Amino acid sequence: MRVLSWLYLALMFGFIFLPVAVLVLFSFQDGRLPVPPFNGPSLRWYVEVLGDRRLMSGLMNSLIVASLSSAMALFLGFLAAQGLARYRLPGSVLMRAALIAPLTVSYLIIALGLMSLYQRAGIGLSLWTAGVGHVVINLPLCFAILYASMGEHQRSAERAARDLGASEVQVLRLITAPMLAPSMLAAYFLAFTFSWDEFIIAYLLTRFDVTLPVEIWALLRSGLSPRANAIGSLVFLVSVGVLIIMELTVFRRVRR
Amino acid sequence: MSAGVELRDLRMSFGSFTALDGVSLSIAPGEFVVLLGPSGCGKTTLLSILGGFLTPVAGEVLIGGRDMTRIAPKDRPTTTMFQDYALFPHMSLADNVAFGLRMRGMAKRERRTRAQEMLALVGLPEAADRYPHELSGGQRQRVALARALAVDPQVLLLDEPLGALDLKLRRQMQDELKAIQRRVGTTFVHVTHDQEEAMAIADRIVVMNAGRIADLGPPREVYLRPKSLFSAAFMGEINQIPGEGQGKALHTPLGALPLAANGPATLCIRPEAITTAPGPDLLPLGPARLLESAFFGTHHRAHFAPLAAPDLRLTAHLPQDAEPQPGMQAELHARAHVVLEGRA
Repeated sequence: MRVLSWLYLALMFGFIFLPVAVLVLFSFQDGRLPVPPFNGPSLRWYVEVLGDRRLMSGLMNSLIVASLSSAMALFLGFLAAQGLARYRLPGSVLMRAALIAPLTVSYLIIALGLMSLYQRAGIGLSLWTAGVGHVVINLPLCFAILYASMGEHQRSAERAARDLGASEVQVLRLITAPMLAPSMLAAYFLAFTFSWDEFIIAYLLTRFDVTLPVEIWALLRSGLSPRANAIGSLVFLVSVGVLIIMELTVFRRVRR
Repeated sequence: MSAGVELRDLRMSFGSFTALDGVSLSIAPGEFVVLLGPSGCGKTTLLSILGGFLTPVAGEVLIGGRDMTRIAPKDRPTTTMFQDYALFPHMSLADNVAFGLRMRGMAKRERRTRAQEMLALVGLPEAADRYPHELSGGQRQRVALARALAVDPQVLLLDEPLGALDLKLRRQMQDELKAIQRRVGTTFVHVTHDQEEAMAIADRIVVMNAGRIADLGPPREVYLRPKSLFSAAFMGEINQIPGEGQGKALHTPLGALPLAANGPATLCIRPEAITTAPGPDLLPLGPARLLESAFFGTHHRAHFAPLAAPDLRLTAHLPQDAEPQPGMQAELHARAHVVLEGRA
């Protein structure tokens, strides 16, 4: 039985990670096609990718959109969670449902909705409009994480702060937010990775400047190439990097 | 600086539950007042109204002569020491204690000095850079006290602050709390359900029951001369003997006693006021039979059945050197007693 369970574990991880491993492996291919047999290793595709101005500007755009939209989603989610957790508001159940709802709506629908809204309002598509789309999909996530981690403990600390003369803004800034820091970081990094590799919204809501996934999609249209593997590996590296940062900051704090 | 407090006919209700049913009280500047009562009596509600966390349905709160009924907690000259201490876990003890000063715009260095002084006052002079999670319950409590006192409030509110401590530590903290209150001279309003704690620290005890004040006065007076049956029973064990007053005599199951009363009345006698030794100025309670007794260290706790009323039980504390034997008969006398109107 023990052998079986280990085998099951190995199969599961293989199923999840084999495609990624193959992708990374053939990014080091010394040849024009990312298919066996493997020749190499060679860094030529990485050199080419890092020298490609369009891919690099896509990478920068993605970083900017991901960091700003996640920050915005976190800020709005924090205020919403605090409001609904601390105050008795009329229709709070409905408000909570409305805040979570975008999680259940497909990205395609959200993108189409925003697109027609922008058109009516006469707003041109740009990184900003895609960023707003990412705020829409990440706000519910940040809200849910923060709402779930607000407890009685914070409530009484907030009460004590008010008693000692803190204004509402000071309570949020000096007590609530720092006490929620682990959840805030977790929510931020999760939102960041979601925005970082999101394609549909970014594709439909950008025009001239585009994010990296859109750039990669354009690259793939011209056929298989180890360049796509190389840039894909870089994207993967950033995601892993975020995960490691999270492990070192958030989870270490939580355990303490 | 400390200020007096004036409460005028406070009323508070939560839904259909009446938490305060017309409470009026005046507290002198620098006084240590304890609100005492069972859970649900309204003492914590009263404290929350004083701190500004609740707004009463009716009535007024004056602190230092100014109407504070509708003022937010942050703008009141009061601070609270909370039951769960509510320290800020992400701040050092110095930052915790200095928080109120920071909110009042005091410069960083001054705050730090003041925080050190306050920590020294509560007996933690070396702990400024430690964090709340490194402390024991008793130490957290001291920090909470230092934090509340650091801003020099006119009135300090204490919400059952000793409830979570074990008995020995609680007795020690009571003494310290009293000593600190004398040193700083601030008005303290302290909530508890422990009558021994109340007597140990209070200048004046306010006994509350069902949203009303049942009795108030210095500990000695509330204990020895309670003004209501509720406070007589709540302040400690007491023998209650029902009777009917007819002018100069009180008719009880023990017989007619020479006590002035009219209508239904209750004779209340503390166990330690009952003696078997005759003497002058004692109230005779007649002969009784000892049912059982146990040695409690400071006294023998003995149960008597009066011969005149074999179903009645009187509890007496006999001196250490007495040798009570079950079945023996004795003449009982009361050294002190109170006759209260009504019956339990």
